[in-house]
Amino acid sequence: MSILINENTRVLVQGITGSFGARHASLSLAYGTKVVAGVTPGKGGQFFENIVPIFNGVAEAVKETGATASAIFVPPPFAADAILEAADAGVELIVCITEGIPVMDMMRVKEGLKGLPVRLVGPNCPGLVTPGRGEKSHGGCRIGIAPGYIHKRGNVGVVSRSGTLTYEAVFQLTQLGYGQSTCVGIGGDPINGTSHCDVLQMFNEDPETEAIIMIGEIGGTAEVEAARWASENCKKPIAGFIAGATAPPGRRMGHAGAIVGGEEDTAAAKKRILAECGIAVSETPGDMAVTLLRHWGKA
Amino acid sequence: MNIHEYQAKELFDRFQVPSPKGQVASTPEEAAEAARHFAGSKLVIKAQVHAGGRGKGHFKNGFKGGVHLIDSPEQAAEFAAKMLNETLVTVQTGESGRLVRKVMIAEAVDITHEYYLAILMDRASCRPVIVASTEGGMNIEDVAHDSPEKIFRQAVHPLLGLQPYEVRKVTAALGLSGDLAKQFSKLLANLYKLFLECDCSMLEINPLVTTPDGRVLALDAKFGFDDNALYRHPEIVAMRDKEEEDPREVAASEYDLNYIGLDGNIACLVNGAGLAMATMDVIKHFGGEPANFLDVGGGASKEQVTAAFKIILGDPKVKGIMINIFGGIMDCNIIAEGVIAAAKETGLPIPLVVRLEGNNVEAGKAALKASGINITTAATMAEAAEKIVALVN
Repeated sequence: MSILINENTRVLVQGITGSFGARHASLSLAYGTKVVAGVTPGKGGQFFENIVPIFNGVAEAVKETGATASAIFVPPPFAADAILEAADAGVELIVCITEGIPVMDMMRVKEGLKGLPVRLVGPNCPGLVTPGRGEKSHGGCRIGIAPGYIHKRGNVGVVSRSGTLTYEAVFQLTQLGYGQSTCVGIGGDPINGTSHCDVLQMFNEDPETEAIIMIGEIGGTAEVEAARWASENCKKPIAGFIAGATAPPGRRMGHAGAIVGGEEDTAAAKKRILAECGIAVSETPGDMAVTLLRHWGKA
Repeated sequence: MNIHEYQAKELFDRFQVPSPKGQVASTPEEAAEAARHFAGSKLVIKAQVHAGGRGKGHFKNGFKGGVHLIDSPEQAAEFAAKMLNETLVTVQTGESGRLVRKVMIAEAVDITHEYYLAILMDRASCRPVIVASTEGGMNIEDVAHDSPEKIFRQAVHPLLGLQPYEVRKVTAALGLSGDLAKQFSKLLANLYKLFLECDCSMLEINPLVTTPDGRVLALDAKFGFDDNALYRHPEIVAMRDKEEEDPREVAASEYDLNYIGLDGNIACLVNGAGLAMATMDVIKHFGGEPANFLDVGGGASKEQVTAAFKIILGDPKVKGIMINIFGGIMDCNIIAEGVIAAAKETGLPIPLVVRLEGNNVEAGKAALKASGINITTAATMAEAAEKIVALVN
């Protein structure tokens, strides 16, 4: 089943003609994703790679192609507007890849999305992948920037703030023979659309997901909230890793949200709380998959 | 991005948040001039550095204290001469101290009471939150620990903005009434406006004071700005004092690289902040000490990678380098080209371990092999960390 996306999801790409958007729209198409439309104001009527129609606005793209999900590759000054436009057009799943959106813009966007039937993932996220059944997992749905070939269709759900750290976990699982149901990158910003807890709840309900890897980092309390929810409600085994044990306090470690504010949002504190909640905590990033398999009883 | 006290005052003046009179000076003559300008007021001279603890600090030339009362324009000039272009050491600067390039001549205010007032972006509620306490002039973390009931929090709706009733609540929480309450209400409304319009992440006034002559003033302020919003605040970017920052970090920012200098001897170059943090963690796990955090990001060009490499090599503490790349957006061949170019330009005098995986990995690995440069490769990040720690030790 997977969550949020599957091989039939119809995806539109906002910012498809920018070099960043174009590159990843192309890679998604190559993966077998149903990229059915692109949106760049002013370029309506053109085609991307001769097959994907480009529209001036999201509403028109949705009307003409039936797209239900959007990938946003729009630069930071215009990204908040792009999110709101997609929501207004009735897009159900908005995945904002853009890094660098001002925090106050996201604060206002998040408030503005309340009550609308839309799920925002990100911003500053690598996106989502539900692997396909073909060679090197071809035929699935790839929204965002993850390398497709590392995935494998299977039963482990992966949720993470970090892109490249997700790929590490996914690749470890694939090489050990265990595939993924859906991989969700929620992104590194302090204010975002979807939390670890939101995704754990979805994995908990998904018949295809049997076990979960949760990856977090310093800053904020999202992982701790998710762990506490899971200890009461989640029936499936979870392994976790928290990056940033060596991060000095008070410094923003790349991700806008990765900053230690107090005692509770250090890596050490989070690892301790995760363990107290019954999550198997991986000591190093190289052990994420192995830690899960042991906890799951497969190794 | 930090700003100096005199720059904070400029922002306060612009937004009509009352603070003690003050004027910045870069020479003893300017200091004397400022003192003359404020004749009739009790005055202090304050060294301008991006660090606290100035009052208890000392200069490397023997002069004690970065904050002094002054009794005349002549004394202003005398003290300024002892401070300007001298190095001030405080508990926050470390032994190397900071070069003082400017001083501020400011009104010394008498204080009736010290309060704490801050506005910050609360990520849990996704709202700006006003934090206020009657216990100002001390470490707010201690107050939070010892008497949390003395800290009042008011969240503000992100779209509706600060409402008058919310201002009244904060005013009441501080026990203010009458004319002081009126002044405080205006101050808070203006402070909130500043917070929003400057895209602050944090704004802390500690202490906010009431004075015997009936004024409410912001005595000391700390600002944090949302880095993501600086593109729309050239006036704030203009306040940046690169001399107060780690030179490695300044160099990195010139190439749009995310770099944080640490104290260890194993440098790392990684794509992606989470992986970069995890790489530092894994180096430490195997007994090494990371020299830096460095995220080259997803769109890094060959020039950026070369620049990153050179900044790393420019750090005398660095005895080895670990490159850990998992290419999502990042093209492994671009990394390889950057590494090869940098290594050729600099001669690569120290061990280098490279672990590549992901987008276009085969081409990247092939390029590294063909380059003839002495590079140790690894398949996993654990292997890479173990190897570099062994090579450095």
